[in-house]
Amino acid sequence: MMSELIDVQSISLKAADMVEEGRVHKSLYSDPDIFTEELDKVFQNTWVFVGHESEVAEAGSFKTAYIGQHPVILSRDRKKNTHVLLNRCRHRGATVCEGRKGKTKAFTCPYHGWGYALDGSLRAVPKPEEYEGVIDKSELPLESLRHESYQGLVFATFKDDIEPLEDFLGGAKKWIDLFVKQGGGYPLKVLGEHRFNFPGNWKIQLENTTDAYHFPIVHKSFVSSLDDATQDIFDFLDGDGFVEDLGHGHSVMVMIPQLVDLEEDLDQPIPARFEELAQALRDEGQDEEQVKRLVRAAHGTGFNLNLFPNVSCSMAFFRVLRPVSVGLTEIQHVALGGEGAPAPFNRKRMRLHEHFQGPMGFGTPDDGEAWERVQKGSIAGKDGWILVNRGLGHLHTSEDGNVAGAVCSETGMRGAYQQYKKMMAAEEK
Amino acid sequence: MNINTDLVNKVTAFIGYEADLLDHKEYQAWLSLWDPKGLYIVPTDNKETNYEDSVNLALDDADMRRMRVARLESGESVSAGSAGVTVRMMSRVRVLEETADCVVVRCAMTLNELRHGNLVTYPADMEYRLQPTDNGFVIERKVVKLMHAESFLRTVSFIF
Repeated sequence: MMSELIDVQSISLKAADMVEEGRVHKSLYSDPDIFTEELDKVFQNTWVFVGHESEVAEAGSFKTAYIGQHPVILSRDRKKNTHVLLNRCRHRGATVCEGRKGKTKAFTCPYHGWGYALDGSLRAVPKPEEYEGVIDKSELPLESLRHESYQGLVFATFKDDIEPLEDFLGGAKKWIDLFVKQGGGYPLKVLGEHRFNFPGNWKIQLENTTDAYHFPIVHKSFVSSLDDATQDIFDFLDGDGFVEDLGHGHSVMVMIPQLVDLEEDLDQPIPARFEELAQALRDEGQDEEQVKRLVRAAHGTGFNLNLFPNVSCSMAFFRVLRPVSVGLTEIQHVALGGEGAPAPFNRKRMRLHEHFQGPMGFGTPDDGEAWERVQKGSIAGKDGWILVNRGLGHLHTSEDGNVAGAVCSETGMRGAYQQYKKMMAAEEK
Repeated sequence: MNINTDLVNKVTAFIGYEADLLDHKEYQAWLSLWDPKGLYIVPTDNKETNYEDSVNLALDDADMRRMRVARLESGESVSAGSAGVTVRMMSRVRVLEETADCVVVRCAMTLNELRHGNLVTYPADMEYRLQPTDNGFVIERKVVKLMHAESFLRTVSFIF
């Protein structure tokens, strides 16, 4: 089917050639050989988001995650150091940890009982006498991946010689610093998550987080469920928002400029939809200054920060994608609040999350419908292109010296695809 | 084991009626089945009991139920517009508690949806708190414990 497009000798170079400045070839969504190359050249060659430190807050905490198709464990050991470990017993390959998250003293393989400490070291092997002179336990820990964190966001990589995480994030760091302010003065904390999948390619989701153009169309029924003042806030396509290419495939899409810095404009009146929260906070004894700070933080930020390749700091939550197969993608919508913040604040954050996000929210099912249609429709025809050229004629340079376009431009998608192109064109080592 | 067959029959009839309303998208009639303070809950963690302090797939009070129905009926939602039919089976009905003003019922549900030509199945354990009335019951609480909650759902443009 794809033979006229794919040179068997250099599939990846062909995939790279399928990305032009303002369009990408539709087969990037559906060719299984390209997908296999992506797992290798993209997901095993960059920093991939695996979780937030608050998810493993205590000694003995763990959560499971994936880097591409590799199951991994994010753990915190007794000395409170974090680790990212391959979830594969060194004996016969079984996973040593199941479930989304939890607390444990050790990871024990269910098959033959090999026991690993939270730092991955192999501690115990049942009936060890048959291994005398055969194995050295110190040489068989769970394989550990290089990982680094920024503002509590933990990224791991298979590429040991990759640049430091902070260099990779580059211009995105400024936006992460702004994003974490929505703890309302408390450290950002994961409150829970929604999980769903859609029958489509991962890049369709990657594009969507930097796509403001779809919002008033796809999310009309969500906007209709809001009060008039909030509807005005979400009517942002004609506003002063923008999309900025931050380099390395990252971009920021500012939809609501007045909600970029949640620690500014704290003297604004409390909107009607937050009055109940404000009163609950006052009833708890919070002073008016703190009430206003928490109410403003409860909004979430007015921007989506898209971090290539698998996470977005999306207004008020983390959107994490995982490529399962060329035509199936799993997504987590991770709800955020403040560690130690007043209960009414975190409750409001969770209710707002439930309103739009997740597979039963008022927004996500409509996104899912559009993405599913993209995957289905893009198959049509032997040849064809996906357009990402919106706003190419109206670019400007941002305050930070980056390429930027209007809020509903496709500047962020182009940035992500240029990073994709660069990685897919890289020679095998 | 002492089964109050008459009560089981009554709650089974009520739950079957509710299921029929939902499969046939008679949402306004469904809204009228509820106590105004009732909660419709679809948890993300089926072991959780403190729903208010947890992230749920849905935690709908009367306002959110009304808005959820309005969204599905508005014609503005592309996913609701292309949602296929649903057929749900309710069975294994057991009364867990019975008092003068509350009946707690647990039952099984299997909901089938035809979505873009593909059959998607959602098994769930259901818990109802029903308040007896002169005409039958009103719903004080309905908790839908989807087996998918431990895994990944498809997006949902109907009501469980």
